[in-house]
Amino acid sequence: MTDEWDPKIIGFLCNWCSYTGADLAGTSRLQYPHNIRIIKVMCSGRVNPQFVLKSFQEGADGVLVSGCHPGDCHYIEGNYHARRKLTLLKDLMDFMGIDDRRFQVSWVSASEGHKFAEVVTKFTDQVKELGPQDKLRSTTDVEGGGK
Amino acid sequence: MLNRNEPSNEPDPGDEDITEPDTASCPEACDCCTPDPYRSTAYDGGGTEGESIPQYYDDIPLDEDYLVQVPEIAKLDDESPFVESDAKLKAEMKLKTVTRSMDGDVLIVGAGISGMQAALDIADKGYRVILIDKSSTIGGNMVKLDKTFPTNDCSICTSAPKMVEVSRHPNITLMTYAEIVDLQGDAGDFTAHVYRKTRYVDPDKCTGCDDCAEVCPVDVVSPFEERLARRKAIYIEFPQAVPIVYTIDYENCVGCGYCERVCEPEAISFLEKSEDIEVKIGSVIVATGYELFEPLEMRREYGYGKYPNVITAMQFERLLSSFGPTEGKAKRPSDGESPKSIGWIQCVGSRSKQLGFPYCSRVCCMYATKEASIVKEAEPDTDVTIFYMDLRAYGKDFQQYYDKAQDMGVEYIRARPSSVFQNDDDSITVRYMDTHTREVQDKTFDMLVLSTAIMPSSENKKLGDMLGIDVDENGFFKVESVMDEPIETTREGVFLAGCNQGPKDIPDSVAMASGAAAKAMEAIIDRDQVVPAEKPKEKETKGEKPRIGVVVCHCGKNIHGFLDTVEVADYAKSLPYVEYATDVMFACSEDIQNELRKLIDEQDLNRVIVAACSPVTHGGLFQDTLVEGGLNKYLFEFANIRQHCSWVHSHDREVATEKAKDLVRMAVVKSSLLEPLSQEEVGVIPRVMIIGGGLAGMRAALALDKMNIESVIIEKEDALGGQLSRLHSLFPLDVKTSDIIDPLIEEVKSSDKITVKTATTLKELKGFIGNFEAVLETPGGDENLEFGTAILATGFQEIDLNGRYGYGYSDKVMTQTELEEKIKDGSLERPKNVVMINCAGAMEPERPYCCRIGCGVSIKNAKLIKDAHPDSDIYILYRDIRVFGKDEEEYFTDVIENRRVKIIRYAEDNQPTVEIDETDGSVTVNVYDQVYNKEITLPADLLVLTAETEGCVETEDIMEMFKVPSGAGKFFIEAHAKIRPLDFATDGVYFCGSAHFPKNLADTIAQAEGAASRAAIPIMKGKLTLEGITAEVVPELCSGCKLCITACPFSAIDLNEDGIAVVNAALCKGCGLCNATCRPGAIQQKGFNDHQILSVIKGSMNEVY
Repeated sequence: MTDEWDPKIIGFLCNWCSYTGADLAGTSRLQYPHNIRIIKVMCSGRVNPQFVLKSFQEGADGVLVSGCHPGDCHYIEGNYHARRKLTLLKDLMDFMGIDDRRFQVSWVSASEGHKFAEVVTKFTDQVKELGPQDKLRSTTDVEGGGK
Repeated sequence: MLNRNEPSNEPDPGDEDITEPDTASCPEACDCCTPDPYRSTAYDGGGTEGESIPQYYDDIPLDEDYLVQVPEIAKLDDESPFVESDAKLKAEMKLKTVTRSMDGDVLIVGAGISGMQAALDIADKGYRVILIDKSSTIGGNMVKLDKTFPTNDCSICTSAPKMVEVSRHPNITLMTYAEIVDLQGDAGDFTAHVYRKTRYVDPDKCTGCDDCAEVCPVDVVSPFEERLARRKAIYIEFPQAVPIVYTIDYENCVGCGYCERVCEPEAISFLEKSEDIEVKIGSVIVATGYELFEPLEMRREYGYGKYPNVITAMQFERLLSSFGPTEGKAKRPSDGESPKSIGWIQCVGSRSKQLGFPYCSRVCCMYATKEASIVKEAEPDTDVTIFYMDLRAYGKDFQQYYDKAQDMGVEYIRARPSSVFQNDDDSITVRYMDTHTREVQDKTFDMLVLSTAIMPSSENKKLGDMLGIDVDENGFFKVESVMDEPIETTREGVFLAGCNQGPKDIPDSVAMASGAAAKAMEAIIDRDQVVPAEKPKEKETKGEKPRIGVVVCHCGKNIHGFLDTVEVADYAKSLPYVEYATDVMFACSEDIQNELRKLIDEQDLNRVIVAACSPVTHGGLFQDTLVEGGLNKYLFEFANIRQHCSWVHSHDREVATEKAKDLVRMAVVKSSLLEPLSQEEVGVIPRVMIIGGGLAGMRAALALDKMNIESVIIEKEDALGGQLSRLHSLFPLDVKTSDIIDPLIEEVKSSDKITVKTATTLKELKGFIGNFEAVLETPGGDENLEFGTAILATGFQEIDLNGRYGYGYSDKVMTQTELEEKIKDGSLERPKNVVMINCAGAMEPERPYCCRIGCGVSIKNAKLIKDAHPDSDIYILYRDIRVFGKDEEEYFTDVIENRRVKIIRYAEDNQPTVEIDETDGSVTVNVYDQVYNKEITLPADLLVLTAETEGCVETEDIMEMFKVPSGAGKFFIEAHAKIRPLDFATDGVYFCGSAHFPKNLADTIAQAEGAASRAAIPIMKGKLTLEGITAEVVPELCSGCKLCITACPFSAIDLNEDGIAVVNAALCKGCGLCNATCRPGAIQQKGFNDHQILSVIKGSMNEVY
């Protein structure tokens, strides 16, 4: 099982900096692990802690949130909201029995393709070390919808 | 590594044997700096350490002979049809051209940053722009730069979106590879002839895939790469070129036809003819830019062209650029090694009448500081040294940038090196005399960079003759009046923007371009605006079951080469709600757009997904296609399988294919939940409020008047005139301020479109772009004012010196402004000894910036005193003499040489001290002369302090009311330091003049007219289309807790009388902060609501959802 296990990582990227930074990693032809699935949000401040927990519940082994550097937010202060909220969430991870290293917040600007590739690579390695995340993974569908 | 780009006989994109693409890229690679889908072996300067940058001077001999030979680039030019005699050219044009005609409103010559800005400003107002550039791409010199000072923004990242905007604007006709050859007629009714050279490639068919360049056997030295690399005879200048259409360089093409054979879309046509286009327009803007000084004959002592490791600063920019020949790594041309030490020599070609040009080139100090800082940041161990004369960090945030560079370890040596020689190991030794120690010294560098001056384009004279406009003694275009009309040429209806009338930095060029746009409106203001094309009626899709169409793009080999797009398309077909899925070669091509429109109709699609590149670059294109097909643009979804998949997982085809399927599945989930969003329109009150009745405010009002727009000037003082009315005359042309300000006040007062309210301040403000409501406090009581946009022209003031340098303790101590008031009213008594202390209170931790104007003011006032009282002795104590740009350096030299004004340089950490004798009131200044290394005591009959400046006292109230920011010294902060210098991040509010930063008259006028142009855009549009992605409230769920109101950075949410949150769509920018904050989920971000995002999370994990 562990031999075949391939971590699943969800990345919430803000439209203005990190998503474009990820684009740049592509245009620069940088290579990084394939595990991340990127979900675009307009601002990192849009990321509700619920999204992170839902990701773990759906089977993610790691969650990355990335936005503009503090001070550079396209919406003036959205990333400060993200920072405050998500720091608190990170503190609560242990309480929920999840290793908080499975959850990371990084600031990546539109010109930091290299940084993006680096962040994803390191984070993926870290999640790989931690092994599969089972704590929050739901076995039944909590939403009640058909599987 | 080099093999990968060699022409291949196996074009099969599915070939297993795809070599791994180059992963080495610049550490500072930025958004748009694709280091190369298009780079061919020929100019792959080598990412490997130790490899020389080989092609560098291959066919340019490095011996002395080179100096007398015509350089390679000049040779190319000589053969181009435009340098031939007119008769021959005309004969040839007849033979080879077809003729057509075109109507427009404004013709803009040159599509660099200035030309683009002017084009957008006019096109946004609803008028037709014809924009031409002689190069095959737009972007000009700015795109060559790696980063821009003082924010270190990546240059191409900020210019590329403008380039795309220009090319997609419905009111702009863009013609590249085209030149103006004739201009007849008068303002309002010009007829020009544009010669559009054939590129032998059909722009509608070319997809920019680079297949042609791969097979082209001809290598040509690339002028874009500053001769550091080569390109092919069929080429695009750089990967982000606009338009992305290849051009055959006819002079170098050998006619082998390889390109024609490999071109899949059959875009290459050797029979395509050049065109002679007759253009009818009302005004012309000339934005032809500048050239850089070539230190070959003059300044040959610095060894350029002789020693391989001596390069120009622009060449160094190309080395630093992540899409340049070394992919962003500074490397020695001689051996490709990373230099351990780099030197910069400033003022190469400037500040010297004998060895170049007499003026200061204005940008070199800062670009050298920038280049040195970038090197230092990447390789902290590199020894970087700048040899300078005066460090002119005069602009907004420049001084702080310079301070930071020094903190990082950039060494500044004040010296003008006398000679340079090469050592056996190809290193370069610079011989100089340090002006502080007065010792001749040698310093050796691995590489030497020459900060060459901005100089007038060599074609200016010819172009000027053709356009009927004059050039000045240096070769720049002459402006009608430097102090009055810095944008107008000597021919009515023809205007200037950017560096073709003198050196300028980017924000000054952009501001001037907006100003030129305002000026160009005068002659065409009575014409009809373009009626926007009627959009097809939008299909009603609300409530329908989703019917999704999926288009998977091969992007040539860029996607299909690394993952199986056919498999991805087949997979898409299997997903719920997907009615149709296909894979195509190039989703962005014109025929696929047509195909898509048809598909929407035939398959009755109500959602479309394109799996291709990035929504950032191509989202708008597909959204437009949806609209043309009758669908709401928000029913489009992108799956980024190129930048986020094929390019970053190019080593594993299977993994990349699986990931692409996941990305498509996520897009399908999102798409099935998308809803059409409406974009509301709001009207705009056709009136501009201008705060500040100084020069900037008045010039802005007059520019608006010429565009038939009403304005109201609010002035807190009892009379118009601002700071200027306190001054006597102006640097550097010695114009009396009264000659400028009095006629201006008259003109403002006589205008029936300008209302002036003196002794009036802004008391309250509410509303937003298009619909502001203010309460004004006037002498006659409160008044209400409604307006659509606002210009803040609140100016500056001298700081309170608060007793420093004896200020306030003696009548003999005064500021420069106070001195001018005395000169103006004639109350200045004949002083014997005058001492001026520059930078009083400036460039200190509390106010770390340079005031930009103080040096000029002190020199001008010294001259005034000296002219009135020739036997006075005048001493100016300075830190750096920062007179920059055209005329200023010349003025300074004249005052020092001919008026015998003495200048004494003091050090930052050893400031002059002032003693006031209590008994006789005499004033003495002690200063340590940094150049002669001695303490000097100067008695002063008059001590004039060049005080630091700051934004006006009202700035803080205004900031609060308009929700706009200010920075160091209470000067307002613009939306973007380089490309949006007159806008605030808040829509509908603009600023100009010294409220931005202190500046001289010409720059102030350019900014004021530019701000008028910006403020006129919403008004001339008449209505504003609001963003569709906004927040909406489900009233039943709202508990009225106000958390969303606290979270909203744009004050877009309020509680209604029932205690329920309501969103003002005109203010909402759609960030979603409120959504993330709302506990019951009552406020939802359209297009990114909780349900949509949670579903995508689920969809990202599960095969079936």
